[in-house]
Amino acid sequence: MKSVYLHNRISKLLLKSVTFVLLFLMSFSVYSQDVDEAKQGEGKKLFKSLCASCHKLDKKLVGPALAGVEERRENDWLKKWIRNNAELRASGDRDAVAIYDEYNGANMNAFPQLTDQDIDNILYYTTVGDPRSKASESTEVVATTQKEAPGWLIYILAAIIVTAFLIIASLLKTISELKGAPKTPGLLGNLHELWIGVKQNTFLHVVGTIFFLLVAAYIGFGSLFSVGVDQGYQPIQPIAFSHKIHAGDNQIDCQYCHSSAKHSKHSGIPSVNVCMNCHKNISEVAENTVLVTEEKTYRKADLDKEIQKIYKAAGWNSETLEYTGETEPIKWIRIHNLPDFAYFNHSQHVTVAGVACQKCHGPVETMEELYQFSPLTMGWCIDCHRETKVDLKGNEYYQKIHEQLAKKYGVEQVTAAQLGGLECGKCHY
Amino acid sequence: MASNKKYWKSVEELTNNSLVETISKNEFVEEIPTDEFLGNKEALENSSTSRRDFLKYMGFTTAAATLAACEGPVKKSIPYVVKPNDLIVGVADWYATAIADGYDFANVLVKTREGRPILVMPNKEAGGTTNARVQASVLSLYDEKLRLKEPRKGGDVISWNEAHKQIGTELERLKNEEKPVVLLTGTLASPSTEKIIAEFIEKYPNVKHVTYDAISEDGALTAFEAMYGKRALPNYHLDKAKTIVSFGADFLGDWHGGFEKGYAASRKPEGGKMSYHVQFEANMSLTGANADKRVVTKPSDQVFALINLYNAITGDSLPSKSTPVDDQVKKAAKELLKSGSKGVVVTSSNDENVQVIAYAINEILQSEVFDAANPLYIRKGKDVEVAKLVADMKAGRVGGLITYNVNPVYSLALGSDFAEALNKLSLSVAMSVQDDATAAATQFTLPMSHFLESWGDVMVRERNYGLVQPTINKLFNTAQLQEVLLKWSGNTTSYYDYLKTYWSDEVLKGQSWNQALHDGFHKIEVESEVSKSEIDLTTAAAAIVATTKPSGFELTLYSSTALGDGKQANNPWLQELPDPITRASWDNYLTMSIADAKELGFSNPVKDNGAINGQYATVTVNGVTLEKIPVMVQPGQAKGSVGLALGYGRATNLKEEMQIGVNAYALYKNANPVQYNVKIENAGGKHEFACIQVQKTIAGRHDILKETTLKEYLTVDPKDHHHGWNKPAYVSYDHKEVEAKTIDLWDEHNREIGHHFNLSIDLNTCTGCGACVVACHAENNVPVVGKREMRVGRDMHWLRIDRYYSSEVETREEAKEMGLSGGDLFKVLETEAENPEVTFQPMMCQHCNHAPCETVCPVAATTHGRQGQNQMTYNRCVGTRYCANNCPYRVRRFNWFNYADNNEFDFNMNNEYGKMVLNPDVVVRSRGVMEKCSMCIQMTQATILKAKKEGRKIEAGEFSTACSDACATGALVFGDVNNKEEEIVKLKEDKRAYHVLDYIGTKPNVVYQVKVRNTNEA
Repeated sequence: MKSVYLHNRISKLLLKSVTFVLLFLMSFSVYSQDVDEAKQGEGKKLFKSLCASCHKLDKKLVGPALAGVEERRENDWLKKWIRNNAELRASGDRDAVAIYDEYNGANMNAFPQLTDQDIDNILYYTTVGDPRSKASESTEVVATTQKEAPGWLIYILAAIIVTAFLIIASLLKTISELKGAPKTPGLLGNLHELWIGVKQNTFLHVVGTIFFLLVAAYIGFGSLFSVGVDQGYQPIQPIAFSHKIHAGDNQIDCQYCHSSAKHSKHSGIPSVNVCMNCHKNISEVAENTVLVTEEKTYRKADLDKEIQKIYKAAGWNSETLEYTGETEPIKWIRIHNLPDFAYFNHSQHVTVAGVACQKCHGPVETMEELYQFSPLTMGWCIDCHRETKVDLKGNEYYQKIHEQLAKKYGVEQVTAAQLGGLECGKCHY
Repeated sequence: MASNKKYWKSVEELTNNSLVETISKNEFVEEIPTDEFLGNKEALENSSTSRRDFLKYMGFTTAAATLAACEGPVKKSIPYVVKPNDLIVGVADWYATAIADGYDFANVLVKTREGRPILVMPNKEAGGTTNARVQASVLSLYDEKLRLKEPRKGGDVISWNEAHKQIGTELERLKNEEKPVVLLTGTLASPSTEKIIAEFIEKYPNVKHVTYDAISEDGALTAFEAMYGKRALPNYHLDKAKTIVSFGADFLGDWHGGFEKGYAASRKPEGGKMSYHVQFEANMSLTGANADKRVVTKPSDQVFALINLYNAITGDSLPSKSTPVDDQVKKAAKELLKSGSKGVVVTSSNDENVQVIAYAINEILQSEVFDAANPLYIRKGKDVEVAKLVADMKAGRVGGLITYNVNPVYSLALGSDFAEALNKLSLSVAMSVQDDATAAATQFTLPMSHFLESWGDVMVRERNYGLVQPTINKLFNTAQLQEVLLKWSGNTTSYYDYLKTYWSDEVLKGQSWNQALHDGFHKIEVESEVSKSEIDLTTAAAAIVATTKPSGFELTLYSSTALGDGKQANNPWLQELPDPITRASWDNYLTMSIADAKELGFSNPVKDNGAINGQYATVTVNGVTLEKIPVMVQPGQAKGSVGLALGYGRATNLKEEMQIGVNAYALYKNANPVQYNVKIENAGGKHEFACIQVQKTIAGRHDILKETTLKEYLTVDPKDHHHGWNKPAYVSYDHKEVEAKTIDLWDEHNREIGHHFNLSIDLNTCTGCGACVVACHAENNVPVVGKREMRVGRDMHWLRIDRYYSSEVETREEAKEMGLSGGDLFKVLETEAENPEVTFQPMMCQHCNHAPCETVCPVAATTHGRQGQNQMTYNRCVGTRYCANNCPYRVRRFNWFNYADNNEFDFNMNNEYGKMVLNPDVVVRSRGVMEKCSMCIQMTQATILKAKKEGRKIEAGEFSTACSDACATGALVFGDVNNKEEEIVKLKEDKRAYHVLDYIGTKPNVVYQVKVRNTNEA
């Protein structure tokens, strides 16, 4: 008995280790070599569209985590359950009732439209998981923003070097004079004489003054004009929100979040419930996500904390998966500030003119941290109005007026300016 | 016949001929007080700040300010946590609701932005009209100073639960002791609320409901009840009228809630079917100002004149007395008989006997105008019951009093007695929106929701229901009367459910609640029948003769256009609204005839800056004395009579600026607006009026107004060179008389591409009510400047309603024969000033196609748009004011100060609540810039954008401005003249159309319609 016992133990251990190695090999092979990518891709697509609102692979959400579900349940049982779980429960299937009770009677949707192939694909995906991204294999590319030294620093450095050189030269000369060398006018002496000459020349005085005044006026005028122009303004937002991840990587349409842009003068900052449409299910970012801002590099742990900020604002308890009712609005910092006396309407540009958001807001889908792309000056506005030909196709409103204006200006397509887009009162009231 | 009328703006202008010149010279003078500052050498030397110090400070502050300006402030964008589904940020939502505050009743549409109501407009589908007060009511919602915020007991804040508990206990006790409790409310006109009150009385049988109107129409109600069995007011379909005879009834003002819409419909001269309107009155009222014939009649004579009219029509001889206006009465009788069923007689008297006679005349005429079958329910007050309540309270016969939205401590003649009697009660509860004098005097004060925060219903006319729905969440910890009463009755239903059930059972009967809520009204078309009882008129007339015993001055108390019964006295828009007749704002005053003023030594001297002053009178009526009432000399006031507006002189919790005028309710004895035996003494002193009556002179250009008679309108060619009543202006050019419009300083532009906006103003149907002025305030963020600034002519109204008095010298020949010219002519006119004709002319930027203001602006801040609007670019304006000087219409307004966020101008733009009413689409202007009417460019642009987004053409009638939307009579019509289907196209070409000062060649985009008076008499 003992030996048997021992044998048993050893064999168990052996068995275990073999299984482990096998599994390890299998998983290795699964992850590295033998993945049927087509099947996996198909499965992932279906999973994302049908299952992801309630299930995750590695985490309990509304329903259980689904990684390795194939090992826990029979394939046939799973198919029945997925197609119509209510029917399965009604038939008195014990497992089905048990899992229903475990999740407090949360009803899972029925998916009778799925074929066996579809379900197999989904199950395959739950087993093999996400395709390994290429980015994670390669070494991380972190954009290091090298701060270029501003131009004037170079000039100051040069001036210092020249001055130092002159001082050294004059010191050397003094030393040699002290040693008894004959006094020569030297370079400095010549310069001194030249300076005296300049000082006595009235013409040069006048020219110099005029030159100085012109330069001062030019610089002064330019700097005054830049007062209040905040191009490049990039404040630190209360949440490290990356437009790149949302609009770029995940291809979310601008107007999904900024939904009033097509109806209203305001593009609208999305309310927290819009964030929760997706983030109710996305509580963490993908493993290798990196967000680089000027101040800080955010990695997964940091970014997950940022998502928690949304939950706090929305009053969402990510443990119990319930709204607590304790909400607080997110106080974003406004980047695009038009003065009150300038009226701007997003819907005119987005809906009527069909201007792409990027035209004014720049490549937002590449911005990890949003900044003001355009100067938002009046000159910038009217330059565009002057150049932009109005797209009138299919808009009955424009028909008559365009016909008349095109005739008046002798053009085929009138610009916004010719339509009256330069009149002061169109934007200032 | 060309009109030879002379127009003048004030009595002073007639007597002091040099005034016009002085004022026109001084119109924009604002001397810098250098002498005051530099003249005092001693003070300068003693100053501790040396010139060097001054320069240092200045240098430092300039540098600091410059540095500070480099860094922009950080602005936050705070989105909703959960955005309401049907709300798009930046897009306005409109809700249909109704106002019923006990004095003003109207079906309205409310514009909200991000959940804040910002504008009230008439619900035209429901036949709603708005006056100035209804327009301004949205600002009273945000009145954080006057509104009650928490329930209170004896001045301490308590919780609602605690209040309910304590009041409930006390009510039970009073019920068990069988002590009477009175529920004192204003007119509710709310069927569901009346049912709730009935159920409350069922639970507490010791409760009695008494209705109290601050300004009573008890006489008309009692008379109607006696004749037709219902306690209501008859309705008048003035649109059907051919002859209207009114004895003091200001039916374009507040009498029976106003009838301006129907009246205006009968005043269209096209086709010659214009009504003929005779007004017998003492005060110059809005209605009298619009009348074809205004007969100056003292109040005591008015009642006898009415009986005489009855006698003249019927041939009866009811007891009466002869009056000085009897020949006019006979003429009126003849006109009425001629018009038959299209004639109507109305009177303002609060004596039921007088009303009975007026009703009897209408019955004899079988008047179609007079509608007893579908009466109005907007007044319910019973003076006898109110008087009995006060007497009972004083005698200790009342156990408890619950008031709702009434302020008897302020508005009863014996308000202080009432306040004292409140102390004798074991329970006194004030349910009120405002923290008024009554709320301050009761034990419990329960804050009520504003109508814009409430659910409710109204029935203004028989079977004409309106729904009230909230347009904003409650701003403060308030509740509704209905909720409170339901709770006290032990009913746990919410008022919303109650209302819905009531409506589905009693009103909708199967029709859609959602539709009714969307429309804001519901009408049930049922022919009503009316049973009439006979009244002995001889007894009534005898009673009138017995009670009318005039002596001394006769005082008529009236409700002013701006403040009405005084509920909204803390509303700066209304305080700043100039009275249509006197053009004074921020005041009430004793109006007095020119003759009486001369006798008693009152005058209104005009100062150099255009402001007018006055003296104070001490008025004693039956033992009650009111002191320091300023006197305004009023052309057209009946000699021997004076007038005084109610609604002023409120103090409790009003802003200091608004605690203005005298409380005339003190003289409102027995709720009778006419008081005899009035003694007036001149107390001297100097009162400063904020009257914009003469500031803006017309500098001798007396053809701003054009008017004609109905006969001329129908028979004479308007363009006739000699006799035309709307002939074009001629000027001398190259020694030849040529039509003014052929000569121009400017180049002609093509105006046919795109939209081209025009506004037409019909001088015939404009009654001068001022609703448009307040609507303009609300829509365009026009600041309130306060009394001091108004006084010196710095009013900011983009739209003003000029009032011109006129008097006619019979013919041109006659004038020549009299050898009159210039000043002498004015002196003759003075006698006519005893009863002048009145014309109202709304005046705003004329949006000249050839604008003189644009030519002179050195920075091109005012330019012309292709759509016809003269655009004012505030951010470009540097404030030279050249444009204002060069504007022939005097419509440009200069921002002398920052009116927002400035404690010197502590009105709605200086607090967080008041700012919620601002229109986010229009900028708030800052100091040093010129502003003016923009023809609501934000509204036209919004209409265009809507069409563009929907990819369609703009339909006729889509364009509007705030003033044209607010106009109840349709006098203001706005539209695109390049769209041939628009009404404005016809109006622009109408034979009545003219441009003000057209000979200057400004080619305005605002077109006026010549006023036509119906002088056809029998």
